Amino acid sequence: MKIAISSQGDSTHSQVNPRLGRCEKFIIYDTDTGKNTAVDNGGRLSSGGAGIATARMLADLGVNVVITGFVGPKAFAALKTAGIKVYTGAQGTVEESLQLYQQNKLEEAQSANAGAHSGI
Amino acid sequence: MQISIASGKGGTGKTLVATNLALSIPDQPVQLMDCDVEEPNAHIFFQGQPVSRITVTRPVPKVDAEKCRHCGTCSEVCAFNAIALLDKMVLTFDDLCHSCGACWYLCPHKAIEPLEKEIGTVEKTDVGDMVLVTGKLKIGSHISPPVIKKVKEQSLPEGINIIDGPPGSSCPVMETVEGTDYCVLVTEPTPFGLNDLTLAVKMVKTLGVPCGVVINRDGPDSVMVEEFCRDNNIKILMRIPLDVGIAESYAQGIPLVKENPAWKERFEKLYRSIVEEVQA
Repeated sequence: MKIAISSQGDSTHSQVNPRLGRCEKFIIYDTDTGKNTAVDNGGRLSSGGAGIATARMLADLGVNVVITGFVGPKAFAALKTAGIKVYTGAQGTVEESLQLYQQNKLEEAQSANAGAHSGI
Repeated sequence: MQISIASGKGGTGKTLVATNLALSIPDQPVQLMDCDVEEPNAHIFFQGQPVSRITVTRPVPKVDAEKCRHCGTCSEVCAFNAIALLDKMVLTFDDLCHSCGACWYLCPHKAIEPLEKEIGTVEKTDVGDMVLVTGKLKIGSHISPPVIKKVKEQSLPEGINIIDGPPGSSCPVMETVEGTDYCVLVTEPTPFGLNDLTLAVKMVKTLGVPCGVVINRDGPDSVMVEEFCRDNNIKILMRIPLDVGIAESYAQGIPLVKENPAWKERFEKLYRSIVEEVQA
């Protein structure tokens, strides 16, 4: 299973970026291999629909779970369609957020928790 | 002839100038066209009978799930992230779509068709002396140029069309001013008015439309507008003083030229100066 965490930098010690569509990087943790990979979020440069572009990229990478701070309505619809589960409320470093998730301390989002364009 | 009215800054008096100018043009068929489609308000000055109503639409993609082979071409070609292939399903986001048509032209399986979506209306009203054409953007729609375009298509080929525009200097104003014979820029003598007039002049010059300035709420501070106009070789066509009487009649929805015939002469003079400028 692949878990993507929205991040400001490219290591597990980087701070989480609470914005999904406009975050700089995603750290992708593969539970099968135990390896972390950093990927650039090219979607953040979109003039509009950044969350949708991000969701497409995560789907193409075969991500199953995304951990972030906030998710807007369009990104949520796109992630849901792609079958990607969203966990919100991430904070601190990427590693800390991953631990919170693994300890079942993050809640699975059932709907968007931010308005459209709130990441800009 | 098409005469557009713009300003840059909002609230400088575009509608004041447009309505009174339209009411002061002698011996010609006149049409007043409200292209401020997000908040049309010229109709407040008139009572009349509705003549016609046109619905304005724009195309957005409609995906046929049976024909779709999930190739992702539509997602790749969309510059606005308005269509996305996600796990064998294509999602569309109409409010991000700019109706460019790339997805339906380039879909290799002909699985996307344009679907016309209502975004506004154009209403014609007979207000006695002339016809008022009002464009209205549907609430929730945010792409106004197609509605403005449809208003302008109603122009009288033989006659004078006064086209009241929205504030600003971006797409909706450009759509309003583009192709008109002359643009009247209404400004006020404040740093805000001048700042936005500067932007509006750049916009009008980019479009290659000749322009002149009307200073509304004219007073001692008009010096800065005069300086700007002199430096940029722009004619000051008219001055409307800062006057309680003018504000009162405007606030009551009474056109200035109906309240005070002296103003009809001044606006007729404005019209004649514009014609002179166009013919120069």
